[in-house]
Amino acid sequence: MNDRRIIPIGPYHPLQEEPELFRLEVDGETVVDLDVEVGWNHRGIEKLCETKTYDQVPFVVERICGICSTSHPLAYVQAVEEAGDIEVPERALYIRTIIAELERIHSHLLWVGLAGHFLGYNTVWMWSWKYREPVLDICETVTGNRNHYAMMKVGGVRRDILPEHVDYILERIPELVKFTDLIKGAVLDDPVLHARLKGVGVMTTEDMHEYGGVGPTSRASGVPGDVRRDDPYAAYGLVDWDVITAPWGDVFAKAVVRVLEMYESIRIVKECLTKMPEGEIDSNPKTVPAGEGIGHHEAPRGEVFHYVRSDGTNRPIRHKIRAPTYMNLPTYKASVVGASITDATIILAAIDPCYCCTERMAVYKHKGDPREPIMTGEDLVRLSQEKTARLRKEFGL
Amino acid sequence: MTEKIVQEIQQALGKKIKSVVIKNSQRVYIDIDPKAIREVGRYLWKDRGARYAIATTVDNRTSFEVIHHFSLDREGGVMVSIRSVLSREKPSMPSLATVIKAASWIEREMNELMGVEFEGHPDMRRLILSSEHWPEGVYPLRKDFSHR
Amino acid sequence: MSLKIKALTKSPWVYHLCAGGSCNNCDIEILDLLTPRFDVERFGAVLVGSIRHADALLVTGIVTKKTAPLVKKLWEQAPKPCLVFAIGGCACSQGLFKDCYTANPVPLDELIPVHAYVPGCPPKPETMIAGIVKALGSLVAK
Repeated sequence: MNDRRIIPIGPYHPLQEEPELFRLEVDGETVVDLDVEVGWNHRGIEKLCETKTYDQVPFVVERICGICSTSHPLAYVQAVEEAGDIEVPERALYIRTIIAELERIHSHLLWVGLAGHFLGYNTVWMWSWKYREPVLDICETVTGNRNHYAMMKVGGVRRDILPEHVDYILERIPELVKFTDLIKGAVLDDPVLHARLKGVGVMTTEDMHEYGGVGPTSRASGVPGDVRRDDPYAAYGLVDWDVITAPWGDVFAKAVVRVLEMYESIRIVKECLTKMPEGEIDSNPKTVPAGEGIGHHEAPRGEVFHYVRSDGTNRPIRHKIRAPTYMNLPTYKASVVGASITDATIILAAIDPCYCCTERMAVYKHKGDPREPIMTGEDLVRLSQEKTARLRKEFGL
Repeated sequence: MTEKIVQEIQQALGKKIKSVVIKNSQRVYIDIDPKAIREVGRYLWKDRGARYAIATTVDNRTSFEVIHHFSLDREGGVMVSIRSVLSREKPSMPSLATVIKAASWIEREMNELMGVEFEGHPDMRRLILSSEHWPEGVYPLRKDFSHR
Repeated sequence: MSLKIKALTKSPWVYHLCAGGSCNNCDIEILDLLTPRFDVERFGAVLVGSIRHADALLVTGIVTKKTAPLVKKLWEQAPKPCLVFAIGGCACSQGLFKDCYTANPVPLDELIPVHAYVPGCPPKPETMIAGIVKALGSLVAK
């Protein structure tokens, strides 16, 4: 007897860069197949960029994603600088690195919090978002906004980091280390999370090569790939830091990689602030000669890739953008198939695309009345949370 | 280092390569015969272990260019971009998705936004624009497209 | 003042709707409202998972052609009275994405009634709280 049912997750959900519709085909509790449909959020930014001048484009690409809002402009300005052989002052390289790493810290905290929420571990959510605020405070002090920093510019950066801001950030760094320790303890030393996340949604190194996965998703499968190390740009080649990898490939490995990366980010920020040379922050290029360039940056979620073609006018004639989730989403075929529905939510969340999808989920009966829901998104989250509660009881916590 | 990589690629692929441009030590652009894309892709991705980064199509008003970007992460992060030039009237080339799964989505996207045919693609459905809201045969990324 | 309005102003339950073309930042700032620093739950505002439980809709992002029918449907499903807030520059005026080829020709405030606009890119959480308080205040005054 065919007892397969379709669970649609989506179509568009509140917290996502690219709203998606996942159609999970389930047999009982097990996911047997899935299909992804994207495009609700398609705004045609690649076309829009062709109508803007080189100095306007950073503001457009910044608004591709609110959480990677420094990564896209950074990759874009590098692409233009490569196309036009534009020099960048060294101080600007350091400032770019500092802003990019601050963004990584708050983005990883965001992921930890939401992953906790999905497991019914709301304490982690509240604490990690509470400690995300000091990072946003630093960003606001330095750049003037909590998100969308508008710091990147072809040829340099728009704003300098003032000496008093350097002191301010250095003063607050011990606080960042302290709460990272706290998050690390809450996530990595918790027996329930070990039981809940280990061996769930395993992706192998071969899967990663097959699907072209990037970022923490691939590093958690033992791929030592990190654009910052492989093809150094900004100040990443000038400071000392380590690439974090984990060999297991499961959701727990992804959590480990992200938490430990926050320490590396803090290390990079600290070193950049002390090493940053005095001088110009902008080389003020007036024209971009004809040519083509590729810029990529290791965003919190993985490699952001920009390709810019210039024909010597004031606008790019082609601007190709690829976000990390574009490569990571198809890996679901490898990780979700064979898992149970209760684990599907956290596996889908593990590559850090977005989570609020769950509140828009509903299970529909495949036979009989196809429109009659038997399980809503809240039910699925509840199932997941119940499993955590059960495990917690087993562990006597 | 980069010269050595280029030499090895030229030796392995021979006549399939039309021309090579070494832009700088990290970026190499190779023009190939579009028909040979599968052999080129197999060599770079499978034999050399390159990561498939993404593909770009460019409409340069006289022809279409499809550029597949491969990143040699283990060989100094050199980005090798494989360029296939296609005719403006009937842009068509073999699909790389049969060799590399990662190319599946981007080929679907290039097909619907730029109108490039990929022969032998296993799953050529629309990826982004839904058929209810977007007419057949209108490609927004082409230069002659205007939505007003 | 009717009982319904009184209940609404006492503890507004909000549903967060991403209309499609947004950069996600307003959405995250809305979630931020729930977390310890801003904690809107102390005013009785709760984020709910279904439109059928909502007293207010927080809409972010531009309406795209693909999401326009869904946004309209969601508004029709909302129990009335229901306040609609356009959060952020995109929802208020289509902002940066006005000229996109996928932008719906009918903007949000012509598609469904909008009661309050909260501009900003993204609006700070304080701005959102202020906007919600003002809109509720105008209801009480009626």
